[in-house]
Amino acid sequence: MLNNIIAVLNTTLRLATPLIFAALGGVFTERSGVFNIALEGIMLIGAFTAMAFSYLFGNPWIGVLAAMGAGMLIAAIHAVISIEFKANQVVSGTAINILAVGLTGFLLGTMFEHAGQSPSVNKVAVLPIPGIKEIPVLGDIIANHIPFVYLALLLVAVSYWVLWKTPFGLRIRAVGEHPAAADSVGINVKKTRYIAVILSGLLAGLGGASLSVGLLGIFVKEMTAGRGFIALAAMIFGKYTPQGALLAALLFGFADSLQMLAQTIGIDFIPRQFLIMFPYVLTILALAGVIGSATPPAAGGEPYDQEE
Amino acid sequence: MKSLSKLIVPVIAVIFGLLFGAVFMVIIGKDPILAYQVLWNSSFGSMRGFFTTLVNTTPLIFTGLAVAFAFRTGLFNIGGDGQFLVAYTATAWIGFIIQLPWFIHIPLALLAGILAGGVWGGFAGYLKAKLGVHEVITSIMMNYISLYLTSFLIGGPLMKPGPIPATPRIFASARLWRIPGSRLNLGFLLALLAALLIYYLLWKTTIGYEVRAVGLNPKGAENGGINIARNMVLAMFISGALAGLAGSVQVMGLQHRAYQPFGLIGLGFTGIAVALLGKNHPAGIILAAFLFGILSRGANEMQSMAGVPKDLIEIIQAIIIFFMAAEYVFTLILRKKKKKKGVVANVE
Repeated sequence: MLNNIIAVLNTTLRLATPLIFAALGGVFTERSGVFNIALEGIMLIGAFTAMAFSYLFGNPWIGVLAAMGAGMLIAAIHAVISIEFKANQVVSGTAINILAVGLTGFLLGTMFEHAGQSPSVNKVAVLPIPGIKEIPVLGDIIANHIPFVYLALLLVAVSYWVLWKTPFGLRIRAVGEHPAAADSVGINVKKTRYIAVILSGLLAGLGGASLSVGLLGIFVKEMTAGRGFIALAAMIFGKYTPQGALLAALLFGFADSLQMLAQTIGIDFIPRQFLIMFPYVLTILALAGVIGSATPPAAGGEPYDQEE
Repeated sequence: MKSLSKLIVPVIAVIFGLLFGAVFMVIIGKDPILAYQVLWNSSFGSMRGFFTTLVNTTPLIFTGLAVAFAFRTGLFNIGGDGQFLVAYTATAWIGFIIQLPWFIHIPLALLAGILAGGVWGGFAGYLKAKLGVHEVITSIMMNYISLYLTSFLIGGPLMKPGPIPATPRIFASARLWRIPGSRLNLGFLLALLAALLIYYLLWKTTIGYEVRAVGLNPKGAENGGINIARNMVLAMFISGALAGLAGSVQVMGLQHRAYQPFGLIGLGFTGIAVALLGKNHPAGIILAAFLFGILSRGANEMQSMAGVPKDLIEIIQAIIIFFMAAEYVFTLILRKKKKKKGVVANVE
């Protein structure tokens, strides 16, 4: 029993990690007033890039760096189209999501003849935290993970600090709430939004890498399987804050972890589909105001036109 | 003249999509001319190929219309995949649970899809109208709820015992007539009919007038006495019903049973591309759906005969959407040129 509880909580952290990265990315871009439903596609491209570079160089960390770069690049496309060209941000995001599926499938098929998945590549090694690891129970849950897990937790704190304790964070929140007012006090709306969107790409790319060279050591076609959208849900359920997104991601990871455990030990009084569905239902309830409330930034999704 | 100029941007978008696709092929050392020949021949080289292309076109006309109809009210229905799946399941259920005369069974099975898809889409419209919740977020969540709900139903209560997770086959009385020896069925005609109906609804009825008025100028529409909330729910219901019909026709014309889904099929997302390329007009949507039907029909043959991974089709699709999305830039350039010539710009 205790072993099962430890296993579920340990898995919760691992499964929540990709979601935390992408949800933090979501917080930055949404706070700046740009919708980014492309998180899903960016994660997928990040996952592929990390695998490809780990395969080519034999070092997963090179893969991680490359995934961050690829994520920024793809996010930059979204930024140009939605900030510069003032195109519909949902349309641009959809295009990126379709592109990601096509591009990763295309490259996978080109690099490795047998389509469907990549060969195993070197993945990031588990890094036990000495001292904490020796604590019974707790050590087994939190201190025996791949570095991605610790990095994700650290980035939650960093993101909170950046968004609420620095002038740069204030600027991001200002252009998301009231771009005209921000503009009138001399904040460069476009530039701030560019940085926020590209930052979200970096984080989503990292989330993708944590999946391919972190958890699995392999790339599987369309392996993100909606995790970018769950991250979006976590961000909303977490009220567009880093700490909220963390808690939501942990909750969603917990549901997923329970579902896996239920499958392995053969419990079926709750169909597994209902456990997987849980994050989405919860987010709708939050949006509908049934539990808590989730109010998005006021200028979300609207391109800013200086001349107006 | 005016309608001809509307074609410019879509045509440019498609040309660039194919050009980019060619560049990708050259990069990996494949012959783009051969690949595009294979693509062309797979649809136009034989009657059978052409029929299959029309089969692929059918659901895309429905989901394209679905996205376009919501667009006309200023709403974005990204939930086509979820609406497709609930309707797919509901139609299969009506199809196998009871045997009826075909002239009752077929309308009933279609109605089940319309209602299931409509309610699924209408819910997003309702949350938007009552609480201001962005319909895109609701639709995304509803997509996944639909996926897991239908996966549970088809793999559980509705499943026919056996090795394949699927419902029992629907009765012949709920199947759509097929051209003998092919998979092309009445569903294609239903899709064309739906396009005609949506055209009529949008431009010849009060409902359509109100829906478009809300989309063009919500404040003005409200001042003119149009109930915005009611129209939002209605538009999302109709939009969801259209995407649902894609699912119904898939069961009644093609598969004759519902298979347990393992992921979103993406017909709703492709519908966004179809609607954009077709400029939200029923006629344009039929053409755009046909184009994407050709691409999806030829994808596998391109892979086996020209060695190009079939995923290239999605890359081309994405590039077409990018170009359509950035239309603003084109119109800006055109406007500037016209201004230079001293002609008053004609902006829609």
